[in-house]
Amino acid sequence: MSDVNYREISLNGLWKNNPAIVQLLGLCPLLAVTGSVINAIGMGLATIFVLTVSNTCVSLIRNITSDAVRLPAFVMIIAAAVTCIELLMQAFAYELFQILGIFLPLITTNCVILGRADAFASKNRLLPSMYDGFIMGLGFSAVLILLGAIREVVGTGHIFANMELLFGESAKAWKIVLVDDYKAFLVAILPPGAFIFTGLIIALKNVIDGEIQKREAAKAENTAPTSRRVRVTGNIS
Amino acid sequence: MAFLKVSSPHAHGPMSTGRVMRLVLMATIPGLVALTWFFGFGTLTNVLWASLSALAFEALALKLRKRPIAFYLNDCSALVTAFLLGIALPPGSPLWLILVGTGFAILLCKHMYGGMGYNPFNPAMAAYVLLLISFPVEMTNWLAPRGAVPASELLGPIDALLRSLGIGSAPIDGVSMATPLDILKQNDALLVDDLWAQTPQFGTVAGIGWEWVNLAFLLGGLYLLYRRVFTWHAPLSMLLAIAIMALLFNDGGSSASGGGALFNLFSGATMFGAFFIITDPVSSAVSNRGRVIYGALIGVLVYIIRAWGNYPDAVAFAVLLMNFAAPFIDHYTQPRTYGHKKPNAQEKA
Repeated sequence: MSDVNYREISLNGLWKNNPAIVQLLGLCPLLAVTGSVINAIGMGLATIFVLTVSNTCVSLIRNITSDAVRLPAFVMIIAAAVTCIELLMQAFAYELFQILGIFLPLITTNCVILGRADAFASKNRLLPSMYDGFIMGLGFSAVLILLGAIREVVGTGHIFANMELLFGESAKAWKIVLVDDYKAFLVAILPPGAFIFTGLIIALKNVIDGEIQKREAAKAENTAPTSRRVRVTGNIS
Repeated sequence: MAFLKVSSPHAHGPMSTGRVMRLVLMATIPGLVALTWFFGFGTLTNVLWASLSALAFEALALKLRKRPIAFYLNDCSALVTAFLLGIALPPGSPLWLILVGTGFAILLCKHMYGGMGYNPFNPAMAAYVLLLISFPVEMTNWLAPRGAVPASELLGPIDALLRSLGIGSAPIDGVSMATPLDILKQNDALLVDDLWAQTPQFGTVAGIGWEWVNLAFLLGGLYLLYRRVFTWHAPLSMLLAIAIMALLFNDGGSSASGGGALFNLFSGATMFGAFFIITDPVSSAVSNRGRVIYGALIGVLVYIIRAWGNYPDAVAFAVLLMNFAAPFIDHYTQPRTYGHKKPNAQEKA
């Protein structure tokens, strides 16, 4: 376990094994609170915090918990972290706390967090676990924010509305109205829109992956032309 | 002259997809005429824009999917979707609304799932529901029928075009008015008989205009039935289910009444749904027994949503819900083939 590859962890968390669009974990907050960018950022920050804290703590206690009580112990840690972020948000971003509502405490049940605790943190040393938690949270948040942006633009015609809930009064001016008197396209903000756009994002990722694979295959063919046999007869292995 | 030598059996398939679709298009003519007579030229502009945009979207999707464009455009299935959507939308709908609808129907509901024959949901109805929940104001803006307002208030062909493009003062042309189903839904003070006497939208058995529109679609549907485009199972069981539900729950015309059997059969999209929507061969159940169940459940749902739901009309929602259930129905209604055991029998044992 000594040779932990941080690059590998980053690549996994952000792209190859992205919790939101590859593992499809934590769909409940993904679908429920991504109606706008600000909601997505709030939820993303909370998730990053909880993931990092829980991965750190789980990694610290990984050698002293028996297998039998492993999961309950993890859940306790996660619940404690969630309570922290909930109280923090209540103190510093009360309006956003009210908008996110039940989905903040529900982070406890987000499968990404328990999944990373069990699959990574309980088997790895402190620093890699912490880093993995942070990166996985970042990958999740990136999808949340992308989805939030798409849904806000398609649904309401403006973007970055209500940013002052998190970034202070000066952020009020961040709102950009893309189309004047846009007819609200309600379905994008309603749950069906979340499903449709998540599906489209996943499809886009698959297309990009396919292109990358094709290019790599083409490259591999170009670089090793000499190893090809011109005339092939019989069975070659 | 070259004769093609073919061995027996000399059977020929008279019903290609394109032919069936063209028959369906033809059968919408009486309904279109009735809609135009009562509500002005708005429905025709709907159908026109929907057809043009649906063909364009279909061509685009086929090109992206690297399929032969002319071959698939020729089967007219996109045109049928466009006609059904154009008829379902309120007359004189704005062009952008129609574009969103046909785009969703053709690109997402049809080609995302694999194109003609693979779509689990009826594209026209899915698009209608999308528009209804996204743009409730535009989608509930029905024009007043001939008879409730003087004929001069109806949309002429030019007015309808201008209105759909949103140009000029056109939007005021044509008076909008609640449909009879709307009135019945929102009424919580008057008995049905009083309501009938006091509002101009009611006719002999249902809404003024609406009863004739429904009759016209019934006529078109019967023609399709005669040409054996579909079997009688689904439409008949849907209509019977609506009638039975209405008879069972008709409380004699109190203010909370959902209307009687005849009213429900000849209101809103009942006949249009029964003969043009639920008979869609792709998204409905396939066996005859399955179709009876499928149609009956749609009928029950239509009445439930009309009487106790939030929306005045329910055909689109009922159809989508039952599209979900169609594979399930198919699973339990597989016919027994000769010489074989009943399918799925081992599961029950």
